[in-house]
Amino acid sequence: MQTVGRRLGVDDAVIPARAAPPATRLAWNRLDLLWVVVVAALLGAGMLKSQGAFSYRWDWSSVWPYFVKTDVLTGQWAPNLLLQGLMTTLRLALWGMLIATLVGLVMGWMRNHARLLLRMVASAYVMTVRNIPPVVFVFIFVYFISNQFMPFLALDQRVSALPVEVQLFLSFLFGPMELINNFFLGLVCLSVFSGAYVTEIVRAGSDSVPRGQTEAARSLGMTNLDIMIRVVWPQALRNVLPSLTGQFIQLIKDSSLVSLVSIQELSFMAQDVQVSTQRVFEVFVLTAVIYFCICFTLSQVFAYLERRHGRAY
Amino acid sequence: MTTPLIDVQNLNKWFGQQHVLRDVYLKINAGQKVVICGPSGSGKSTLIRCLNQLEHHQEGLIYFDGRLVDQHQPYLQDIRRDMGMVFQQFNLFGHMTVLQNCVVPQMRVLGLSEQAARERAMQLLERVRIPEQANKYPAQLSGGQQQRVAIARSLCMQPKVMLFDEPTSALDPEMIKEVLDVMTELAQSGMTMLCVTHEMAFARRIADTMVFMDQGCLVEQANPEDFFERPQSSRTQTFLSQIL
Repeated sequence: MQTVGRRLGVDDAVIPARAAPPATRLAWNRLDLLWVVVVAALLGAGMLKSQGAFSYRWDWSSVWPYFVKTDVLTGQWAPNLLLQGLMTTLRLALWGMLIATLVGLVMGWMRNHARLLLRMVASAYVMTVRNIPPVVFVFIFVYFISNQFMPFLALDQRVSALPVEVQLFLSFLFGPMELINNFFLGLVCLSVFSGAYVTEIVRAGSDSVPRGQTEAARSLGMTNLDIMIRVVWPQALRNVLPSLTGQFIQLIKDSSLVSLVSIQELSFMAQDVQVSTQRVFEVFVLTAVIYFCICFTLSQVFAYLERRHGRAY
Repeated sequence: MTTPLIDVQNLNKWFGQQHVLRDVYLKINAGQKVVICGPSGSGKSTLIRCLNQLEHHQEGLIYFDGRLVDQHQPYLQDIRRDMGMVFQQFNLFGHMTVLQNCVVPQMRVLGLSEQAARERAMQLLERVRIPEQANKYPAQLSGGQQQRVAIARSLCMQPKVMLFDEPTSALDPEMIKEVLDVMTELAQSGMTMLCVTHEMAFARRIADTMVFMDQGCLVEQANPEDFFERPQSSRTQTFLSQIL
């Protein structure tokens, strides 16, 4: 009888392991290079041709002072409109993510609740917000909903009654205290809007955790709240982290929408600066770069979290 | 006469229009080892899942330790705590290490300190002969190891009865023995056990009562010797002749 390969006998029981051949990976080839050259040439030709028609003289010098100004009285440096707007945008983004997440967790939990009423409330919330355009939502929220409760909160009056140190601390967290009403309005609007999308992510995440996990937790006598916090959500988070990243980036970009109702964040300030400097294109490009930097940083942070979170199990 | 630990009276359950448990009566005394067998779809799993209300029954009464088991009882969590359950698919918490799987429920449900929970967890992991895996994640373990951790996790809650829902059905053949050995040891220690399984040799070794179910009915209940040697109903005879 003929044996295939090496015969396994008593003396040579195991075929010795060999190193794996080097991995072959498709990198650049000549065709790719050709494509890049062709596209670059076309772009270059287009730019040369349009130079006569589109003669814009870029002038950035008048824009920079809107980041940092020198205070006339003290002679010290102080943040100007663009930097102030950037700070407001960052505050809106951070608090917005936090509140939208809380709203999303509560609503997402209600969306899968055994009680019909809670399910209906959560569905109504999601359906309403998701099915009207963001711009329309902002206006409706500000003119019809927020003025049902904002006047009663009277945040600025409450804040001015507080000790100075507390006010300083609050202004570090929420921006200038004289604008607290304005900031809070924008924050609530943005959080309610984004919260609806987070709700759906929370629901999808909870559904992605196998039933057996909940059953095991239940069989051990854990409470429903414990089951959510200890068992379901941690595992759901891993499954939905990529979509949550997307939603948070969306939230930062959506924060520019509240400029429509005079919340003084980055894009609102940018429009101001456009008017006063007349450098429309420069300011647009600058605004785009700033938003890109914020969002890109955030996506890198989440990519890191994803890697770290995914490694554990 | 002592009151039974578990007393099921006239239990009926439907999934939609399907009548999956029909007039089931079952009494289990403390220390008893009951093995339920029967063809798939006969309602074995549903019966033991009704005991700790992972499934809700529509008719009938279940008493556990003198208390009525019902989905609306405020003490349902206490009842579940006192009934350990081991699943076919192990259902270890994937985001926790083996040790955390055993420690976290003790802290949350029994209110133990982390120190005390850790000590008890390690004792039980040793009892299921797996202490060296304490800091691994479930996905890094074999099926047999995972199932033994699941048994330890249930035992951590110091249950009065252990429910096993086909604990070896999802295991590779070479891993079944290690799980059955742990279960045998548990039976010998005097734990009250209710076990759905197809492992008839194991059933014969540990059971003091055999129960046969078919089409939602509890067909026959007898001690192992009578059950295997002199089955009464023709359905039991057919079933046994097919699997033995």
